[in-house]
Amino acid sequence: MRHLLSAADLDRDRADSILNTAAQLATLQNRSVKKLPTLRGRTIANLFFEDSTRTRLSFEAAAKRLSADVITFTAKGSSVSKGESLKDTALTLEAMGAEVVVVRHGASGAAHRLAHSGWTQAGVINAGDGTHEHPTQALLDAYTIRDRLCAGAGDLDGLRVVIVGDVLHSRVARSNVILLGTLGVEVTLVAPPTLMPKGVESWPCRYTYDLDEAITGADAVMMLRVQAERMNAAYFPSAHEYSRSFGLTAARAQRLADHGIVLHPGPMNRGMEISADVADGPRSVVVDQVANGVSVRMAVLYEVFGARAQVGAIGNTEVDDFIGGEPDVQG
Amino acid sequence: MSKADVLLSGVRPLNEEACDVWISDGRIRQIGAAGSLVGDRHTVRQDGAGQILLPGLVDLHTHLREPGREDAETIATGCAAAALGGFTAVHAMANTAPVADTAGVVEQVWRIGQATGRCDVYPVGAVTVGLAGEQLAELESMASSAARVRVFSDDGICVSDAVLMRRALEYVKAFGGVIAQHAQEPRLTEGAQMNEGALSAQLGLTGWPAVAEEAIIARDVLLAEHVGSRLHVCHLSTRGSVEIIRWAKQRGINVTAEVTPHHLLLTEDLAATYDPIYKVNPPLRTVDDVAAVREGLADGTIDIVATDHAPHPHEAKDCEWSAGAFGMLGLQTALPIVVETMVASGLMSWAQLAQQMSVQPARIGQVDHMHGRPIEVGEPANLALIDPQKQWTVHPETLASLSRNTPYVGMEMPASVRGTMLRGEWTVVDGELE
Repeated sequence: MRHLLSAADLDRDRADSILNTAAQLATLQNRSVKKLPTLRGRTIANLFFEDSTRTRLSFEAAAKRLSADVITFTAKGSSVSKGESLKDTALTLEAMGAEVVVVRHGASGAAHRLAHSGWTQAGVINAGDGTHEHPTQALLDAYTIRDRLCAGAGDLDGLRVVIVGDVLHSRVARSNVILLGTLGVEVTLVAPPTLMPKGVESWPCRYTYDLDEAITGADAVMMLRVQAERMNAAYFPSAHEYSRSFGLTAARAQRLADHGIVLHPGPMNRGMEISADVADGPRSVVVDQVANGVSVRMAVLYEVFGARAQVGAIGNTEVDDFIGGEPDVQG
Repeated sequence: MSKADVLLSGVRPLNEEACDVWISDGRIRQIGAAGSLVGDRHTVRQDGAGQILLPGLVDLHTHLREPGREDAETIATGCAAAALGGFTAVHAMANTAPVADTAGVVEQVWRIGQATGRCDVYPVGAVTVGLAGEQLAELESMASSAARVRVFSDDGICVSDAVLMRRALEYVKAFGGVIAQHAQEPRLTEGAQMNEGALSAQLGLTGWPAVAEEAIIARDVLLAEHVGSRLHVCHLSTRGSVEIIRWAKQRGINVTAEVTPHHLLLTEDLAATYDPIYKVNPPLRTVDDVAAVREGLADGTIDIVATDHAPHPHEAKDCEWSAGAFGMLGLQTALPIVVETMVASGLMSWAQLAQQMSVQPARIGQVDHMHGRPIEVGEPANLALIDPQKQWTVHPETLASLSRNTPYVGMEMPASVRGTMLRGEWTVVDGELE
């Protein structure tokens, strides 16, 4: 896999393989030394044009646990307002020897453009582009669902997952609809009609405006962050009314299947799309999602580097061997 | 430039029967059966066998960028591109810096155009001061200036205020002007990047819905009817817009409309490349919209083809989609694209092409005393000579524009402009600038 730009880049075998690799890597998290030498001497550039502490830290942790060198570039606002263009930044990082670029950008298609414009030869991983996609988030969500509901392996086929909130502006929703669809999950989108994308009837999922109906008996519900500024653009009248129809309260969460879980990509607006008692309650897997994000991103980095040159295999043997061997002093 | 005393032998005016056309002193001097004319001792004979003679093309919608953005295009380079595209007249849009909203600016553009000599440049005046949509510009002063402005437009920005639009339509009646509207409801298109539909939702690009164009056109034709004035609709792009114009014309409303070559050929799926070379305003639409604008042009609902030639420097396109500028080059590729989409497909004849790329735009722009004239004895020799068989491939670096933002890179064009003549002087010979 040369790049990961969209969840559509992953067929079922590839997605399963990444999730399986991530599961193996997750065992590292229980060790005191959490590092593998796999990408020693290789360089990853983290290119964050948008604020995103959690995704950036997650990719950084993933890269470092594979012993890669990490260059991090962060800039607020658009490339244009900063004066330095995406292109020039790409050229700079290429000159510094970055083989893989992890990019978060406010413009939809920025990762695609970086991969296909000829500005750089690096592999590109999309860490969120505008309102388009966020494929590693979808992978970590799928991983979390599998971990909780399928004993960490096998098949998501036939599970029912409900995605609720600002679907229109959500890259998380887009990537999840694609990836979970690939994995055989029955996805239902729930949003007020104003926040439902045009043409949603052609998406590989169901959609409804009725959260209570959709959530009944579902295996998992994923709550999307709703930004307050959407109110000013008349997408909905008030936080109160939004919350009443589309917020996940404890009472609503009871409609889930008994084993049903609650996901949120963060950061959460407690009291808006999710009530505090649900966010902190037993069904919530929000903290798992963060931990799983590191393993999944390690697996993605491994895949993308694997397409470039020989990278050592990651297996339990290697994990065991390495942990028994010399400590890695690289930072 | 050479003053021509030339006998074009065996050319086919409007693709009709081959004949000889003798041009001297800037006018068509004689027309006779093929092989029948000899000219006089100064006359240069030029074999035109197999070539089609058209009245020089007239573009009602060109961005020449001068003054203000001479890094993107100048009047001279834009006129060179126009001549190579078979044009003898272009209307230069007002969104320059400074804006062409005073007699001084339009006269400057007009004079520089005169000095280049390759193409007549008719400035379009801004409707509102600074294109700000707040206060009418001095329309009468521009109309009575040396530039003789008749077309007024805030192109790039819609005159969205209904009262201001009404007043502008009324005001230009005094001197027979026309308001050319860029139909785009601004609130419905905030941050818009591409046609709104299933694809924009999938790509995560903010949609530019068809209704934002259609709602303004519907309002404006009703305003034009109400005040009894004349409206021209720039670059319409949707099936709904065609239907509204058709309805308005049936009702007797004095409205004309244009479509661009790119909206006749290209569709929204190109946005999936995220390459802003395909970013244009109004955006590329659906296959169904393309079919509708072709039908509308063929049946005359849409009066003319206009290029919306919009040069941009490389850096304005060599970036992510949302940072990219709207617009594409059009002058040198307009004719072959109309040939491809309309003539080769059997939707129109060459005679109709001449109507919609020369005669009608000259009438709408009120330059029909000089351009868009019939190919008849005594008429000014503003002509384009087309080889309908000679194909060529678009290489941006070989285009005459200062900018390179053509969406047709590597595309095969089905016909070539071999010669262009302005008032009896060659501006283009054998496909090269004279």
